[in-house]
Amino acid sequence: MSTTTPILEVRDLRATIAGKEILKGFSLTVRAGEVHAIMGPNGSGKSTFTHIMAGNPAFTVTGGQALYKGKDLLQMSADVRAKEGIFLGFQYPVELPGVKTAQFLRTAINAIRTYKGQPEIEFKAFNQLLKEKSKLVEMHQAMINRSVNEGFSGGEKKRNEVLQMAMLEPLLTLLDEPDSGLDIDSLKIVANGVNQLRKPENAIILVTHYQRLLNYITPDSVHVLIDGRIVKSGGRELALELEAKGYEEFKKAAAPA
Amino acid sequence: MTQLLTKERRYQADFAALEERTRSDPAWLHDLRRKAYDRFADLGFPTARRGNEAWKYTSIAPIADARFAIALNGAVPEASPAKLKRAVPWDDAWPRLVFVNGRYAPSLSAPHTHGGELTVQNLADAARSDGAVMEHLASQASFESEAFAALNTAFLQEGAFVKIADGVAAREPVHLIYVTTQSAQAFLSRPRTLVVAGKNAKLAVIESYLGLGHGRAFTNAVTEYVIGDGAQVERSLLLIEGAEAFHVGTAAVRAGRDSSFTSTAVSLGSALARSNTRVSLQAPGASATINGLYVTTGSQHLDVNTDVAHAAPQTTSRQQHRGVLDGTSRSIFAGRVLIPAGSQKADARLVNKNLLLSRGAEVDTKPSMEIFADDVKATHGATAGQLDATALFYLNSRGIAAASARMLLVHGFASEIITSVQTAKLRAFLDRLFTKSLPLSGGKGAA
Repeated sequence: MSTTTPILEVRDLRATIAGKEILKGFSLTVRAGEVHAIMGPNGSGKSTFTHIMAGNPAFTVTGGQALYKGKDLLQMSADVRAKEGIFLGFQYPVELPGVKTAQFLRTAINAIRTYKGQPEIEFKAFNQLLKEKSKLVEMHQAMINRSVNEGFSGGEKKRNEVLQMAMLEPLLTLLDEPDSGLDIDSLKIVANGVNQLRKPENAIILVTHYQRLLNYITPDSVHVLIDGRIVKSGGRELALELEAKGYEEFKKAAAPA
Repeated sequence: MTQLLTKERRYQADFAALEERTRSDPAWLHDLRRKAYDRFADLGFPTARRGNEAWKYTSIAPIADARFAIALNGAVPEASPAKLKRAVPWDDAWPRLVFVNGRYAPSLSAPHTHGGELTVQNLADAARSDGAVMEHLASQASFESEAFAALNTAFLQEGAFVKIADGVAAREPVHLIYVTTQSAQAFLSRPRTLVVAGKNAKLAVIESYLGLGHGRAFTNAVTEYVIGDGAQVERSLLLIEGAEAFHVGTAAVRAGRDSSFTSTAVSLGSALARSNTRVSLQAPGASATINGLYVTTGSQHLDVNTDVAHAAPQTTSRQQHRGVLDGTSRSIFAGRVLIPAGSQKADARLVNKNLLLSRGAEVDTKPSMEIFADDVKATHGATAGQLDATALFYLNSRGIAAASARMLLVHGFASEIITSVQTAKLRAFLDRLFTKSLPLSGGKGAA
């Protein structure tokens, strides 16, 4: 076991939205270089977990703890979390009419650089970087010239999320159902992009319904989330077991006696 | 009535002084001013609060009650060229007229009077030498029922005259800049603009009303556009008056057969402002695109009025007005489209969207269509909403802090209007304005 501080340590996290408890004692530890997959049925709290990590104010944390690089994550505002290296890939990326993709990304990069005491990125260097990273997810210039996600297909939106991840170079990436609504070609492009961004010093948490995604992005650990708690953790093979058996058996096991 | 007359009589001595000073003006101009002054004295300021539909949401008592000085003579007040260049879009190649507190400033201007294709000249001079002034001045902006137009016309002295000959396409936009500077006295300036476009001419005009420095001032502007058959005219209006300024501006436009009039009005600043745009689509094939972008902050009050008359069949109007409201400010949008019985195949669209950034801001929106023809296309709509919380979180999750996330979304909201501006330098100026310089509260008291 590694003695270095984990990137993320979540202990017994409880959270509500509009008074309804969604997370009911969620615990997870993620270390550098690891890829974790969280699987679970609809409504089990998968998305909620990723949004709480990213600081979505729509959710209220009612108990437990989350440490990011050993620091209290829950005390940080959403933008500070991003500046500290957390990235959330949205299940439903938001359309921003009138906000151009390049303008959006340059604002984000400069906000992060300023936070780190670095000078703002030069215009030329930014364009070069954007060109290079766009290739990773096969995004064409025409899409980048448009408003963020406006008029994008489901697949284009997901690729745009991976492009943003590539541009911002996060330490901890949470991808909320990056495979939902994708055809097999788009899925491969997204998975290929994520794999290329996988590095020994960063970590990725994938949230997914189906094990299909895990054929393309191989996780180190798989966790089964039922009713706001992780009920079983294992290796890659757990995903296959889930695929074979479905969630029902795990639900029964999770149900209070 | 006696009380009303007292308020208007405040300008009696000024009017007499003006008449005295402008003896060399042509007789028709004296007649026009006299008629307008009498009309103004009869009408009085529209301060009534009952049954006063046109001023239902805006009390102009602060203007009616104040005593403003009218600059008639003496030196033209100074305005720094460097300051001016920073405050408005600028290109040395553009023909330009600059007025300071209502007075023509030759040293800051770049008129264009040679060649006969394009004339950009002080109206006071043109009135003596160009028959088009007598023909068209006060032909569009009626002062019969409008006290502010009457007041402007009564004190009509200097202003801008722009004329483009038949078939000529102007290479550069014409920039008319009306500046109000800081001064000990509260001035009434009365900018007057007359634009005459010949048949199939092509012209872009930028009208900038600019406040430099603080202090009470009242700008009462009237602009007329007479657009010939087949001409294409683009008008851009920049209203960047000082925070304590009052502004009432009326643009009256007549568009000829197959002509097009495109207008983009950007309004910010001003303690109290009213902006009227009246367009008459006079002959078949005439079209108007009227876009507006207004921002109010603090305790500002802005009343935007548009009035489009489809006076002929097969005429088209497109209107898109977007407002951003912050602080405890208040905006009014009233857009009226009239399609009389004979105007078949008229096509009108009118949309007003408002973004409320704070709980204290208030918007009243009143799009209306009066349709008496039975074969027309006409749609209108209005919305008022807040910034989308999910969009804000999306931006925050990319490291963009709350204030700059709001700014990005406001710019996004405005950009549909900004991108419709044809003049690249003006577009860039507006982009800069909406990314860097808007004085939004940055989240305090946010909705």
